[in-house]
Amino acid sequence: MSEAVQTLDADTKSAINIDREKGDFRYPEKHKFDAGTGLSAATIDYICDVKGDKDWVREFRHRALKVFEGKPMPTHWATKDLENIDFDKIRYYLSDGAKPKRTWDEVPDDVKETFERLGIPQQERAFLAGVEAQFDSEAAYSNVKEELSKEGVIFVNSNEGLNEYEDIFRPYFGKVIPTGDNKFSALNSAVFSGGSFIYVPKGVKVKHPLQAYFRINSENFGQFERTLIICDEGAELTYMEGCTAPKFETATLHSAVVELVALKGAKIQYITVQNWSSNVFNLVTKRGLAMEDAEVRWIDCNIGSRLTMKYPGVVMKGKGARGEVISIALANSGQHQDTGAKMIHAADNTTSNVVSKSISVGEGRSTYRGQVLIPKHLKGCRNNTECDALLINSSSRTDTYPAITVKGNQHATQHEASVSQVSEEMLFYMQQRGLSEAAAMSLAVNGFVNDLVREFPMEYSVELKRLIELEMEGSVG
Amino acid sequence: MSLIVKDLHAGIEGTEIVRGLSLEVPKGEVHAIMGPNGSGKSTLSKVIAGHEDYVVTSGSVTLDGVNLLELAVDERARAGVFLAFQYPADVPGVSNANFIRAALQARMPKGEELDAVAYYKELYARMDQLGMDRKFTARSVNEGFSGGEKKRNEILQMMMLDPKYCVLDETDSGLDIDALKVVAEGVNSMRSPERGFLIITHYQRLLDYIQPDHVHVLAGGKIVRSGGKELALELEERGYDFLKEEHLTTA
Repeated sequence: MSEAVQTLDADTKSAINIDREKGDFRYPEKHKFDAGTGLSAATIDYICDVKGDKDWVREFRHRALKVFEGKPMPTHWATKDLENIDFDKIRYYLSDGAKPKRTWDEVPDDVKETFERLGIPQQERAFLAGVEAQFDSEAAYSNVKEELSKEGVIFVNSNEGLNEYEDIFRPYFGKVIPTGDNKFSALNSAVFSGGSFIYVPKGVKVKHPLQAYFRINSENFGQFERTLIICDEGAELTYMEGCTAPKFETATLHSAVVELVALKGAKIQYITVQNWSSNVFNLVTKRGLAMEDAEVRWIDCNIGSRLTMKYPGVVMKGKGARGEVISIALANSGQHQDTGAKMIHAADNTTSNVVSKSISVGEGRSTYRGQVLIPKHLKGCRNNTECDALLINSSSRTDTYPAITVKGNQHATQHEASVSQVSEEMLFYMQQRGLSEAAAMSLAVNGFVNDLVREFPMEYSVELKRLIELEMEGSVG
Repeated sequence: MSLIVKDLHAGIEGTEIVRGLSLEVPKGEVHAIMGPNGSGKSTLSKVIAGHEDYVVTSGSVTLDGVNLLELAVDERARAGVFLAFQYPADVPGVSNANFIRAALQARMPKGEELDAVAYYKELYARMDQLGMDRKFTARSVNEGFSGGEKKRNEILQMMMLDPKYCVLDETDSGLDIDALKVVAEGVNSMRSPERGFLIITHYQRLLDYIQPDHVHVLAGGKIVRSGGKELALELEERGYDFLKEEHLTTA
């Protein structure tokens, strides 16, 4: 087995080594459509006009804008750094007005080159069933393999989903995460653009992952993609998202809403590897609904950004439903990873599992925030929560806020948390074998997250290890 | 070509433990250092390897003419010093195979990749030689290993990294007789005119299986007697106490 792994390492390395340096480039902006700076009702109308939104979507957006304006920043519990976001200086919609292309040849050269440099077309050929590549507000490329279309799998952007498949998507749109869930879900609901709308018909098991890639190319820009995935009864899907942006001088905002619906017996696995540059505010709301015997898994890796706030959740609404969050966060100096999980048990015999590992490097700060809710009237619910934090330097910081509310006595929960440091004896041992201090540290960190990295597909786990190595460079000495 | 320790004074947290130790291990020879607890045996091995808690106050350690004391721990390792630990550390989540591979990779010129196929071939051959099950390649380094498994694993790493000088720190402690034989056979198979060994041990037992060229007795932080392999037998018979008495009376 190991030999195969090692060979693949070498083969895939050049194809998918998306590192920070690699993402740090951009092309000149040329936008046919630009909603300008700042947010008002007029901005909403501009977006609706460009996108050709239906009236109900336009109303949905306008209502959301009011909710957004009415909600305070959640700084009573979250970091004050949120107050540094200046909503009046952000550009909310930028696009060249072209429809997503079905072949890379049709994609404009600069956009195509962007994704080629990030390795997307190569990944698509290697192991993906479909790809959507979003450049600022809209998808530049969107394609799903023919056999999937034939089976009735729909994989489009939000605009197309709401306009052309309204009967499928509208019943669930904004239902898993209501507009007023939080300030940023309201913001997204007002100005959303792009993202993936996916429907997998009954019993269809999609073997290879679908992937979306979100790329910010413009400064002072806010990216607000909206994703809704519905797996019909017994259907199965793995979806992966990757995110990068170049290093800008000023703050950039990424605020997505992702809703998953797993109907009876369906399975959805949603994998994120984000590698944002260090001035991106990444404030994302992700939640899945799992009906009877359905399963929703969030596998989440957060590297980079200035501030990430993300707590993927699962509402287990049907008997025997399962929810899982597996997350890795790495906070370097100047970064705060405020991540966690929400598990809402709303039916008997539901099971949830949360495994979170965070690494704080330099003056980086990682926070685990968890919420598990098991109400009194249910029986046979189980939750397991594990959160482990690794501190690399003496100035690194970690905090853990697990809130587990269990009522009634017919449930089983367990919770474990640990904070550790890479011991000097371990480092000495590794260095005595010839590894530099940085290489030893990097290997130790990779070892710390190794059991979770295995949950990622091979192609991503290789990339993840590389990203961790890059982050560890310069963290010692 | 030798590992030379000259009039070494070293200690930890202000306490001097090694007090004027001199020793020369030429390539091709096996030297054993024996001594009672607290005589400075482990301090010597840590100082040679470069553990930062141990402070050298005077003296020198050179490897084939290179001043080791000026090098960082990993630089010394890559220069050819291998320390088989008395208590090897766990490295959770890092498989044995990946660990040794990373250590070998660290010795490659920049930009060159280790040949994975050749590496595994070599690794499996050495593991077979040491009677190690293949499952050890996938297990985390030393995690959950028994005492004997850890020591075998040290010898495996030593074989794979092909050092110029091997320092074995109480490798025999905690080993049953079968494991002891396997470890000794491993060491014997590595004996060559191109390699020197410094074997630190409390008991003579290991030296039944690894025949030393020279035996040194360490007491009070310096070498108080040197001789051939018969010195080890004498120590075994008479214990360390006679040395102390002898040492005291001559002092």
